[in-house]
Amino acid sequence: MRICVVGCGAVGSLFAANLAQLDNVEVWAYDLAQDHVDAINREGLRLSGAGDVVGRLRGTSDPSELPECDFGVVATKAMHTSSAIAATAAAFANGCVASVQNGVGNEEAIAEHVARVIRGTTFPAGRVLEPGHVQWDVKGDTTFGPFEPRPAPADEIERLADACTRAGMPAQAVADARGPQWRKVIFNASTNPVGALTGLTHGRVCERPDLRRLVTGLVDEGKAVAAAQGIELDADPEDLIDHAAKPEVAYDHKASMLQDVEARRPTEIDYLNGGIVRFGDEHGVPTSLNQAIWALVKGLEASW
Amino acid sequence: MRACIVGAGSIGSLFAAHLATLTDVVVLTRRPEHARALNDEGLRVSGRHDFTARVTAASDPSDLPDFELGIVATKATGVEPAARGLAGRFAGATMMTVQNGLGAEAIVRAHGDWPLVSAVTFMSGTKHSDSHVEYILDTPTWLGPYGETPLERVHEIAQLLVDSGLKAEALPDLLPAQWSKLIFNATVNGVAALTGLPHDAHFAAEDGPADLGHLVHELVDEGKRIAAAAGVELHDDPWEMNVLATRRGSAHSPSMLEDVEARRPTEVELINGALVREAARTGVEAPLQTAVYRLVRAREASYS
Repeated sequence: MRICVVGCGAVGSLFAANLAQLDNVEVWAYDLAQDHVDAINREGLRLSGAGDVVGRLRGTSDPSELPECDFGVVATKAMHTSSAIAATAAAFANGCVASVQNGVGNEEAIAEHVARVIRGTTFPAGRVLEPGHVQWDVKGDTTFGPFEPRPAPADEIERLADACTRAGMPAQAVADARGPQWRKVIFNASTNPVGALTGLTHGRVCERPDLRRLVTGLVDEGKAVAAAQGIELDADPEDLIDHAAKPEVAYDHKASMLQDVEARRPTEIDYLNGGIVRFGDEHGVPTSLNQAIWALVKGLEASW
Repeated sequence: MRACIVGAGSIGSLFAAHLATLTDVVVLTRRPEHARALNDEGLRVSGRHDFTARVTAASDPSDLPDFELGIVATKATGVEPAARGLAGRFAGATMMTVQNGLGAEAIVRAHGDWPLVSAVTFMSGTKHSDSHVEYILDTPTWLGPYGETPLERVHEIAQLLVDSGLKAEALPDLLPAQWSKLIFNATVNGVAALTGLPHDAHFAAEDGPADLGHLVHELVDEGKRIAAAAGVELHDDPWEMNVLATRRGSAHSPSMLEDVEARRPTEVELINGALVREAARTGVEAPLQTAVYRLVRAREASYS
């Protein structure tokens, strides 16, 4: 089996280095960061933290080097999905491509270039420490299912989930993967931008009752958009938000979007609140709070 | 005739210097070195006008001589301590407030039974030092009676301001103008503080779905519904004020943006808080103004 990870940042590296442990899997990593690619080819891709692993794999920043692959795992930031899949699509002419990205709308972008698409949601997290070396912060599960308009066959989805599980990245193949995806997008869209706009950690956002009510307003709009699509959430985002606010969980966690804002990097807001607004418009569900938050964060990006 | 200007930020400095060309002016500052600089160097105006005025300044209210006109030109957050310092004295004075938002008159009233004049000012300036203010926008100050103050007295003060070289107009009822500015400030200052954008073309852009102008427009519309429910007919349309201001060429940094950048307390309570409380009092739904109010308050909480 040959798998290419498209976008080998923190999350992509977790998949690539772990999958490379399997005997019958050949792993490629496509990434535009040349120093990262060079380090991977020279010394392997190293993970430390929640697991210590060195993966031997082939990195490239030249899509024409990619051989034909059975699977693609797209792990770019959401704003780079279209350009990354457009560049690499030839390698997946007979394969299936999964998104393990944040937000909604990535599968739609992939399906413009690829015939068999897998909807994925993943919870492990990490950060790139230096070229070729990634800190593995949190272990977590991954869910794969068909992208309904251009689905990958069920047995292929099973085959990818099985490989990930055997590699130490527990993954489940399900018939409808929208529930976990919307649970995650609602969680992220209702908390990350609030942290980014106020500068507060997750726990401090949640302990201000008026701000927590704003978060609930955002969650309620997201739930309504999911319900209008017939999506059943696999857990209540409200419970997850309260759980994460506990001191022993993620009270002091600065949302990745707050980290992006502090570093003045573009955020994934278009695929979080922007995605909820877009799907809400398609299904006639009002999303004025998500629309407001989307505009504020776009304004913040424009101020740089 | 003597005028006392309480608070010598850019607006207070513009009033003090211009009035000093006609009459005795005493300036009450918060910092002793500010008073010293004014006593030693006078108060220089550049920009639209160019002159240096002689003023007397003090940082201790007990050093103030009697006066007939008091202009409270502190920031909204400074009204309470300023009024407390004047309590029990200056029986012959009329006091005028020029703060953003609502409620400054009531704070002054709580400390004395001076006749009160409400004012809103649209002039703007930039302070280059304690003794130098640049006069930037020569838009007018509007004055109206508060409580039992005769309109005649308001006309006299407006005439004095006009004779001193400033633009001013007496109105029988200031509420329509005060509310126009309240809605404008709650919207523009709040959005600027959250996004980091000066008041520029983004605030009027309504082309793309995430453009900030949509949010600004909806915030203004909520404000107009609150005003209507409160029985106030607006003097100017805050959306048109917004569009005009963004076309002036040089983008103004609203004070609330400067405050959050310097991590100072903002005027959010007397501006956004006042508007949201009016919404609650009149039973008007204002989810977006409420969201902006909560986010700015949370941003202040992030300083510590």
